[in-house]
Amino acid sequence: MSVATTPVLTGQASAVHELRARAPLFLAVLFGITVLAAIGNLAFPQDSIFHVSTYTITLLGKYLCYALLAMAVDVVWGYCGILSLGHGAFFGLGGYALGMYLMRQIGDRGVYGNPELPDFMVFLNWQELPWYWYGFDQFWFALLMVMLVPGILAFVFGYLAFRSRVVGVYLSIMTQALTYALMLAFFRNEMGFGGNNGLTDFKDLLGFDLQADSTRVGLLLVSALALGLAYVASQWIMGSKMGRVILAIRDDEPRTRFIGFRTERYKIWLFVYSAVLAGIAGALYVPQVGIINPGEFSPLNSIEVVVWVAVGGRGTLYGAVIGAILVNYAKTRFTAVWPEAWLFALGGLFVAVTVFLPQGIVGLFRERLGGRRA
Amino acid sequence: MTGRFNQAIETARCTGRWQALLLCMALLLLPYSVWAADLDSALAALAGASLSKVPAILEEVEAVGGEAAVPAFTAMLEGDLYYRRSDKRVVRAVRDDAGQYQLSDPLSGASLGASEKSALRKVKVSNRVRIHLRGAIARLTLSSEDPRQRLRAAQNLLERPDEDNLPLLRAAIETETDPDVVELLQTALALNLLQTSGDSEARLGAVETVAGSLQPAVRNQLQSMVQRDDDGNYGEEDAAVREAAQRALVTIDSRISFYGSLETVFFGLSLGSVLLLAALGLAITFGVMGVINMAHGELIMLGAYTTYMVQVLLPQHIEYSLFIAVPAAFVVSGLVGVLIERSVIRFLHGRPLETLLATFGISLILQQAVRTIFSPLNRQVFTPDWMSGSLQINSVFSLTYNRLYVFLFALVVFFVLQLVLNRTSLGLNVRAVSQNRSMARAIGVRADWVDALTFGLGSGIAGIAGVALSQLTNVGPNLGQAYIIDSFMVVVFGGVGNLWGTLVGALSLGVVNKFLEPVTGAVLAKILVLVFIILFIQKRPRGLFPQKGRAAE
Amino acid sequence: MSIGDTLRSLADRETVFPLFFERQPPVVDTSKSILLYIEDLTVSFDGFRALNDLNLYIEEGELRCLIGANGAGKTTLMDVITGKTQPDAGEVWFGQTLDLLGRNEAEIAGLGIGRKFQKPSVFEAQTVYANLELAMRMNKGILPTLLARLDSEQLDRIDHVLGVIGLQAEYSMTAGALSHGQKQWLEIGMLLMSEPRLLLIDEPVAGMTAQETERTAELLTSLAGERTVVVVEHDMAFVRSIARTVSVLHQGSLLAEGSMSEVQNDPAVIEVYLGEGH
Repeated sequence: MSVATTPVLTGQASAVHELRARAPLFLAVLFGITVLAAIGNLAFPQDSIFHVSTYTITLLGKYLCYALLAMAVDVVWGYCGILSLGHGAFFGLGGYALGMYLMRQIGDRGVYGNPELPDFMVFLNWQELPWYWYGFDQFWFALLMVMLVPGILAFVFGYLAFRSRVVGVYLSIMTQALTYALMLAFFRNEMGFGGNNGLTDFKDLLGFDLQADSTRVGLLLVSALALGLAYVASQWIMGSKMGRVILAIRDDEPRTRFIGFRTERYKIWLFVYSAVLAGIAGALYVPQVGIINPGEFSPLNSIEVVVWVAVGGRGTLYGAVIGAILVNYAKTRFTAVWPEAWLFALGGLFVAVTVFLPQGIVGLFRERLGGRRA
Repeated sequence: MTGRFNQAIETARCTGRWQALLLCMALLLLPYSVWAADLDSALAALAGASLSKVPAILEEVEAVGGEAAVPAFTAMLEGDLYYRRSDKRVVRAVRDDAGQYQLSDPLSGASLGASEKSALRKVKVSNRVRIHLRGAIARLTLSSEDPRQRLRAAQNLLERPDEDNLPLLRAAIETETDPDVVELLQTALALNLLQTSGDSEARLGAVETVAGSLQPAVRNQLQSMVQRDDDGNYGEEDAAVREAAQRALVTIDSRISFYGSLETVFFGLSLGSVLLLAALGLAITFGVMGVINMAHGELIMLGAYTTYMVQVLLPQHIEYSLFIAVPAAFVVSGLVGVLIERSVIRFLHGRPLETLLATFGISLILQQAVRTIFSPLNRQVFTPDWMSGSLQINSVFSLTYNRLYVFLFALVVFFVLQLVLNRTSLGLNVRAVSQNRSMARAIGVRADWVDALTFGLGSGIAGIAGVALSQLTNVGPNLGQAYIIDSFMVVVFGGVGNLWGTLVGALSLGVVNKFLEPVTGAVLAKILVLVFIILFIQKRPRGLFPQKGRAAE
Repeated sequence: MSIGDTLRSLADRETVFPLFFERQPPVVDTSKSILLYIEDLTVSFDGFRALNDLNLYIEEGELRCLIGANGAGKTTLMDVITGKTQPDAGEVWFGQTLDLLGRNEAEIAGLGIGRKFQKPSVFEAQTVYANLELAMRMNKGILPTLLARLDSEQLDRIDHVLGVIGLQAEYSMTAGALSHGQKQWLEIGMLLMSEPRLLLIDEPVAGMTAQETERTAELLTSLAGERTVVVVEHDMAFVRSIARTVSVLHQGSLLAEGSMSEVQNDPAVIEVYLGEGH
């Protein structure tokens, strides 16, 4: 049998190249908008038409956190086929970790003026700080926990679920049960996380007043930076051979196993990575909205994230970002005008996207563009 | 006539009260009208009587009125007995919300209008009088014709031991015919003996008698006998009796803990039956079509709201409302289910994750629709009389009727469903499609038609579950949300495509949950069960009763 | 070693961290010239015995054909060897020392057992090139995969296999766009990339044109010797064209074994299997 050895592989990088080519554009748009918004807020007076209100800055920052969360979900769902209905759990845990730091920062400026205990503990007549609150007065420790706690939870969950080959809807419901259980747990006062009310009344972060415009702008920029970094890192993973293994797992996991990949390990670590991203998103979210409560763990929140990704277009990182921002913008407008109808709209969106738009907006545009080219 | 009664009372004083009691019983046979007037006049003596005279008057009232005097005695015991200043008429007076006193006849209960407080004066009652009253009430009701009254009287005597009661109890045991009452009377007698008798032999015998009793009073008495008081003395000085008491206590405690476990099992089975009802419909749709219907919980909610609507439309027939609600809920939820299947799910065939998302969207719409149409608040669904109350097995163990009926109802639904799946052509088609869809299609089963009907069936059963749930929990827009995860766990645990697995899974998860709850608290119990299921799936990925073979892959 | 030395060695760009060492798969001991031992293997599904006390020995370097009617247990046997199904009883040894039972699919693949499925299963969303790259024999741990860069030797290897399976022109196409025969070939190519000791091939020529079948036969024959190949096939003409030794399975047990002409003349085989056709 003849063996041809024409060097055909020079173009092998081109598929990867195509993927990477979008990163600069994405980063340019992301930083362009946030920096312009920052300048608009800080450099122009209130009555100028170029002025960007602090409300808008905070809203933008919130959207970017949601975008990061959506990207985390997309990494596991769009690329690896793991439909997580529980990413709110990791988001919430990241948020609580930073929230605990912010609580400790309040110090004796709380209503009860206790230098050691947060207000809600004084209210519950607790005498001393529970052991798991130790260390959260240090920013670096809180930051570590923002990533470690969701990461470890994801590892344990993934270890149990993926090793026993729980897949498909089974896995999805398990993840939903996970966040549901956390919600129940965090609602309890005895847990020591403020129960129903959660953590709130934050004063400052690293000495910066959380109410100040400049702090808000700073948080927006940090959020943009985190999103940008996550984008680059995810792009790098998905562009590597590991990315191809992940896609292979999504499309045919048994086959991937038969060619020698321990798919459950890939899934566990991807899940952990995704959970850490979600945790960071939560941590950035909390100082901007000023509160974290068990509602963040509600299954509805987590599943809503999935719909952002579906709307934008799963399997593309920028699709998740676009979806998150679009749906949340719609939600902001909708709830301002006609709050009761939002759930109708959201429910309709779930149905419409899955039935008519399985590849999301990005897929729709791709089809259009592809059609024009042909 | 008065003379005759006075004579009777004289006799009673001489010969002991129980003879008076017999006399009174004889008097009961007299026509009511004959002595009602005398009872009134005997009672009237209470007006303004000094405390020292009250017992004598009471004895007379007791002798004259017999059981008819009980309401007046009860009112007096509760401090509601007054007399009008104007005419010295003895009345029962209860303060109403407006601050007025509502008057009524203490014997017949007939209303006598309202009055100011100042127009009334209270009939004097002391502790001694109260003791007397209690004894009198007990004596009188012990001779009642109604066995339930006698049971209550015996219970009263049991809880308030008094040396005076001994002859009363002995006499009652002689004449009593109802075995339950006899048992209770004997326990009461023994307990009275334990507290009052100086004879250690008699006490020993009494301990033996009460050894199996679950009455809290018995347990307290035995407990006090074996414990040392502050001076280091035992409540019971005789060592042999003390030992017997200790043994009896152990027996009683083990019986109590046995019934305690039985009660936990019952609560567990009750929770399990709710889970079963919620999971059955899901088991069908998931088993046959492989899709998770996230709107399943909302279909349950629709069933509950159907019950509410039935009761709103037929307010006169609350007793029968559930019998109408069950088929109505089946139809309502079933039709909504078919609508969901035809309009959304069939376009998502073979894409279970998308189906999950789309049905979740539907669940949001249904929830919001209910919120908009009814209200975000819980609706009041009435429980028919035959479902309220409880079945008292003994003093430490009772089964509430609503849980009992829901449990039985769940079993009925389960077996009817088994019949439908195993004995009808629909069932045959459903099983064919669930085992091998393409083959079923090839031999001419209309798979999409079967899908729609299956989905309708599963949804209809969700509706029925909603009717049952409306009797146990609050009916509100969020009713369904709590059940989707639990029902899914049940289905996974039991094994997909096997209703027996669902039955065993639901009941065992219910029982396990209830046994864990007192130890760990409800939330942790839930989490533990969840972790258990994850670990279980690790060992047996296809659940308790897996569909075996190559077809299952 | 002082901390300084440790740090210096960490900073040295030539250092290969233990993490990245390619873990060598255990050596397959074939000193008795038998590569695969299957002894007393029994698998049952719900009372139905798919395999029933099966004994089979595959010699190193041979090309063995398994034939048998539907339900004879051929696919189940492959499932057991590759770790997809655990048997109820019996033993499967790879060489003298490696027990295959209790190992998972990835481990067994790592030992050098490759499998081609009945229906072509390639990663349809990925390019032909990526499919081959995924199957390439290399450390399949997570970090090595994340940091993998193809060296020129590996590029050559992919190029070579592309040539062997005749898909050079299609290398950048998504595998889903290939024709049925091409997918079968790509799958065989993936097997080649993994450089297995033992290839298990389930109905390789089903749905192929006569020409494609011929090329497949040629390829499989050329592989034997260097590698051990076990083929399950229904196409008797194909079996006759490649087989040296044929094993006939019937109701989960070995019915006959030998050359094609030997088994064709075996009375038991004629009775139960070839009987109707001859």
